[in-house]
Amino acid sequence: MTASATAKPSAFRRLATWLHGRSRLQLGLLLASPLAWIGLAYIGSLVILLLNAFWKTDAFSGRVVPVFTLDAFIQIASDEVYRTIALRTLGMAVAVTLTDVLLGFPIAYFMARIASRRTRRILLIAVLLPLWASYLVKIYAWRVILQGNGLLDWLLEPFGISGPGLNDLLNSWVVLSYLWLPYMILPIFAGLERIPESLLEASSDLGGKAGPTFRRVVVPLVLPAVVAGSIFTFSLTLGDYITPTFVSGTKFIGNVIYDNSSLGSLPLAAAYSFVPIVIMVLYLGLARRLGAFDSL
Amino acid sequence: MRRLRIPSVLAALALVASACSSGTSVPSGMATALPDAEDELNLVIWVGYAEDGSSDPAYDWVTPFEQETGCQVNTTDGRDSANMVSLMATGQYDGVSASGDATLRMIAAGTVAPVNLDLIPNYANVFEGLKNQPHNTVDGVSYGVPHGRGANVLIYNTETFTTPPTSWDAVWDPNSPAAGKISIYNSSIYIADAALRLKTTRPELGIEDIYQLNEEQFNAAVELLQQQNDIVGEYWNLATDQITSFGSGAMLAGTTWQYQLNTILADNPDAPLAVTLPEEGSTGWSDTWMLAANAQHPGCMYRWMNWMLSPETSAMATVWFGEAPTSPAACEEAEKLSPGHCDTFHATDESYFDKVAFWSTPREDCNDDKADTTCKDIEDWIAAWTEITGG
Amino acid sequence: MTESRWVRIGLRVMTGVALAFIYLPLLVVTIYAFNASRSQAWPPPGLSLQWFIEAAGNGRVVNAFVTSLLAAAGATAVALVLGTAAALGVARHRFFGREVISFLLVLPIALPGVITGVALAATFTTLRVDFGLPTIIVGHATFCVVIAYNNVVARLRRLPRSTEEASADLGADTWQTFRRVLLPAMRTALLSGGLLAFALSFDEVIVTNFTAGPGTETIPLWIFSAIQRPNELPVVNVVALVLIVLSVVPVWLAERLSGAASAVVR
Repeated sequence: MTASATAKPSAFRRLATWLHGRSRLQLGLLLASPLAWIGLAYIGSLVILLLNAFWKTDAFSGRVVPVFTLDAFIQIASDEVYRTIALRTLGMAVAVTLTDVLLGFPIAYFMARIASRRTRRILLIAVLLPLWASYLVKIYAWRVILQGNGLLDWLLEPFGISGPGLNDLLNSWVVLSYLWLPYMILPIFAGLERIPESLLEASSDLGGKAGPTFRRVVVPLVLPAVVAGSIFTFSLTLGDYITPTFVSGTKFIGNVIYDNSSLGSLPLAAAYSFVPIVIMVLYLGLARRLGAFDSL
Repeated sequence: MRRLRIPSVLAALALVASACSSGTSVPSGMATALPDAEDELNLVIWVGYAEDGSSDPAYDWVTPFEQETGCQVNTTDGRDSANMVSLMATGQYDGVSASGDATLRMIAAGTVAPVNLDLIPNYANVFEGLKNQPHNTVDGVSYGVPHGRGANVLIYNTETFTTPPTSWDAVWDPNSPAAGKISIYNSSIYIADAALRLKTTRPELGIEDIYQLNEEQFNAAVELLQQQNDIVGEYWNLATDQITSFGSGAMLAGTTWQYQLNTILADNPDAPLAVTLPEEGSTGWSDTWMLAANAQHPGCMYRWMNWMLSPETSAMATVWFGEAPTSPAACEEAEKLSPGHCDTFHATDESYFDKVAFWSTPREDCNDDKADTTCKDIEDWIAAWTEITGG
Repeated sequence: MTESRWVRIGLRVMTGVALAFIYLPLLVVTIYAFNASRSQAWPPPGLSLQWFIEAAGNGRVVNAFVTSLLAAAGATAVALVLGTAAALGVARHRFFGREVISFLLVLPIALPGVITGVALAATFTTLRVDFGLPTIIVGHATFCVVIAYNNVVARLRRLPRSTEEASADLGADTWQTFRRVLLPAMRTALLSGGLLAFALSFDEVIVTNFTAGPGTETIPLWIFSAIQRPNELPVVNVVALVLIVLSVVPVWLAERLSGAASAVVR
């Protein structure tokens, strides 16, 4: 250290030194780059897109006329189908999230607290590998399983029943739960792994058996991780429109936005975009309250 | 003074398009002379419309084009009309093979430019029945050249329908032998097929143009579709969906493009499937090659349009997909590739195509000259379709 | 805490169930990679290597793979740099609006891809930016930043400030402290964040569809196109299988590196 102090410091060093005492400036610079990024590329384009919700299309030319109107919102509120689709999507997001917690928690717990080092490594790889099999490929594999005369029908044939085919909402629930499962397992695993052994020993020293220890020590500590994982499953389900189209022939929020953003009414697509945005704002607020942002 | 307006996707593009081309507020004009060929061409296409031999070495009309003109062709497959319109709106492409449900929309939005047919020598040979179509010609101005024409036909399982069906009852009748295993095209444009059905079953509605429906006619069509929803087994999006569902026997009847049947029979010549055009007629399509409004490579695009109309190319492209070619000379070429092709697709039979109503874009002004008529426009169609299939 | 024997057995069973669920479709993919026909009907009529041969000769797939790698690498690099920068800011300083930052960064991943895709495409169009690999990277980075950010923030919150203060006391300036104290401690967070961000970018199709432009194709875009072509749909299964097999190595490596580091810290 002393050797470098006697030599003339480089420009970079001098900048670093100058910054050292200026906490706010450091902060500003640290935040400036990602914020500039997000602000410019994303929020900016999002605002422009959402502004369309307050305009309308001219029926003859099909162009959007920038005259303030709430027509698009009124249409969404009054037409029953849009409410049905929004509720259906929301319900599916909740169902998928719960399913993934139920499926993901045991395996994450096993990996974190019971498996040996070697087993844990193998299981971790086993859970991470499917992330690399493309999303579309996985959907198509499920099509083969769920389609009429597909794998499922073939398995059920000896029992005399047949599967629902590709026109059933149930299919979306299965496939979406499948797709996002790794995104739930990993945060829970990380959260459980972070619980120090010493805490659990202290609990048992104080007389806590496995059940109460789990309820009062583990669960509160891992809850932020579960909520963090749920942010993924919830939001990914809310925004998906490819899976429902390919495996169940139903329409979700994303379908309405997609259909209308090109041939249909862009104001309607933009207005409908407020639905998932509002839902996510509320959901993230709830997640923040539960401390989820600490453990993604 | 330039007025600063906050653009939407389409409005922004329109602004950029007009600013780029003429510098004034007049929509971009037509080219008056053939521009020089550039070095590449970017197209949005339906799958199968620009084959380069990678699917079947015998079917390649892209490589010869590239060799002759020096224009390297890059294609992006459009998933459906909506996808194509979105992609064209990004302004990154020079041309598109658009179906009638997208053409008028893009014309009105200024995404595509008028085409100077004098710069396309092969256009002169095109069948009269394919010229000046309402879905690609507005006020006498042409916005593109045809790729071919075909009908949406009824596909049926020959073991389920021991006597070949002659009417669309097979997909509408609740007592149809295929009930529950019917495959319908998943697009709002299918509402026109319901309107076609009503022309026969409820002539009192007075439907003439199945793409321009007034309130009463439209509501009747939607009601019919709600009823049909009970017997539909799948709403198909991609041709490969039907190739699988009919190939495996999961579906027994439906609306289709000849392409699907061609593919199934190529894999399994004994497949118990056949197609027919029912006596009520059908909807159909005649896709148009259109030029983007601010295309970066208009010279290549004009050359491509001319190329697609040449007899050899039109023959190859339409034999590959399973539709009728664009000119008598193309029919002669098609005979060499697939004997009987033009007869199968009724290419020279204008009376056949009188029974086929090509896809067009529903417009509020009914796309006619009468001032007092109001029709449902495409936004209403999309909303209704969302309700029928999504409700 | 020792779980009872029954609980342990139950957990083993559930783990088995979860693994079976995870790998069932992948088993289907494997079977169909060897399909003798191009139909997707079940069961496949026979087995053959024809699609592997087809895939090997398909230059377009290889191109798409390289593009995907570059896009993912670019997006991950950007996400790591920016995510770390934001995480350092948020974890080490107190200021008003701290939660809003976290919020804004999560937004891209929380909203439907179609909104992001349309919004970004419109921006690029209005700014007259040419579509291609850079626009893909921008699109991906927008939602990859939050992955790196959240991993690093979580890690930093567990790291006591005393280490940094000690480093400063010993005469290190900000940059030295960062390089020699913080960076090694964040290594596992960066690795896992980078890995997940990479996977997310590699697999992304919706936003990419809107931001790629002509002539640029990633693997997911190629798959999107291939599933529409009866002759290429079977090749998709081969490509997927190869990708899974190929990914074992980097995933195993990453796990070793992160496992080793986290063992030390625990």
